[in-house]
Amino acid sequence: MNYWRKPLDIERIKLPRGKVYLIEERCKGCNFCIEFCPVGVLAASERFNAKGYHLPYPQNEEACTNCGLCEVICPEFAIYSLPRDGKEEEPRE
Amino acid sequence: MSQVEKPTVVPLEHPRESLLREERLPHIWCSGCGIGTALNCFIGALERSGLPLDKVAIVSGIGCTGRAAGYIKLDSFHTTHGRAIPFATGLRLANPELKVVIFSGDGDLIAIGGNHFIHAARRNIDMTVICVNNFNYGMTGGQAGPTTPAMAKTATSPYGNSEHPFNLPYLAAASGAVYVARWTTLHVRRLERALTEALLKEGFSFVEVISPCPTYFDRMNRLGEGLDMMKFYRESSEIAHGLDPRKADIDLGGKIIVGKFIDIEKPTYLDFQQEIQARMEGEPS
Repeated sequence: MNYWRKPLDIERIKLPRGKVYLIEERCKGCNFCIEFCPVGVLAASERFNAKGYHLPYPQNEEACTNCGLCEVICPEFAIYSLPRDGKEEEPRE
Repeated sequence: MSQVEKPTVVPLEHPRESLLREERLPHIWCSGCGIGTALNCFIGALERSGLPLDKVAIVSGIGCTGRAAGYIKLDSFHTTHGRAIPFATGLRLANPELKVVIFSGDGDLIAIGGNHFIHAARRNIDMTVICVNNFNYGMTGGQAGPTTPAMAKTATSPYGNSEHPFNLPYLAAASGAVYVARWTTLHVRRLERALTEALLKEGFSFVEVISPCPTYFDRMNRLGEGLDMMKFYRESSEIAHGLDPRKADIDLGGKIIVGKFIDIEKPTYLDFQQEIQARMEGEPS
């Protein structure tokens, strides 16, 4: 991650890591999660579900910080994130 | 386009599944509609508020938003059109232990239920009213209602609406509500916090949630899809906490003023009733 100034507590603060899960049959392809993910994890996929909606997919899964914005902004209760491996990682410089 | 696509296997259920009737999902709301986001924030607020969930009752009326009561796995009631507040008043007074929440739309609460709304606010009955405002009657085909902005096109005003709309925070504040806030479906975190505060507030608390209606209102006014409306909220909403709500009018395509406008303390209807009862019991017969 690029910082314009190195934070003083960079050694102490650990960056949470998450993984995104999708319940495909609920998605209606509104793209809210893709647009508003603060770290740009998601992208529109060419695949579609049984109703013909194009699904999001984690294009940049490494970046997920488990902030949960996709979970709360999703009107369909179709996407959520959970801590990855139940661990927190050091921030990359 | 070549892309690596891993079909994600779902190992667990959605974290909010415990408060959803998941056999009813996917819900009826259109793609890009914000009611689901408002419901999602409300469930988050319920969890944050720490209220005992067997003492919470959800009441809703008729309309797109009125369906919300059917998707929440709590004691929920789907009442007749406009009568969510009278039903909730009865529920609250008959069982003062209950926390009563009304989750309904603008057509239900402000149009046909407008008088119930102002009188419940005037009496300061302890309840939380969440009004999802999509500026028209979405379920019946996008007709104009009392929240439709002036000059907006709808199914019943194809050349533009010639009426002034209600300013809901001003209406609630003028009628006597003790907590008044407005957020859009974009402001998910702030909305969740406002709903938590409203749930924990003693008295008549009111939260307006501005939502896109991509199928009717936004299409007829050429405002784009749900995502375009969310981008519009990002650009043109202005946070003004403590602003006089009479300055929070909404014009078509104009800026949307959001924030917490009113947060005051006032004795509720049940407080007065208990005081009267105590006086009567204290008096010599």
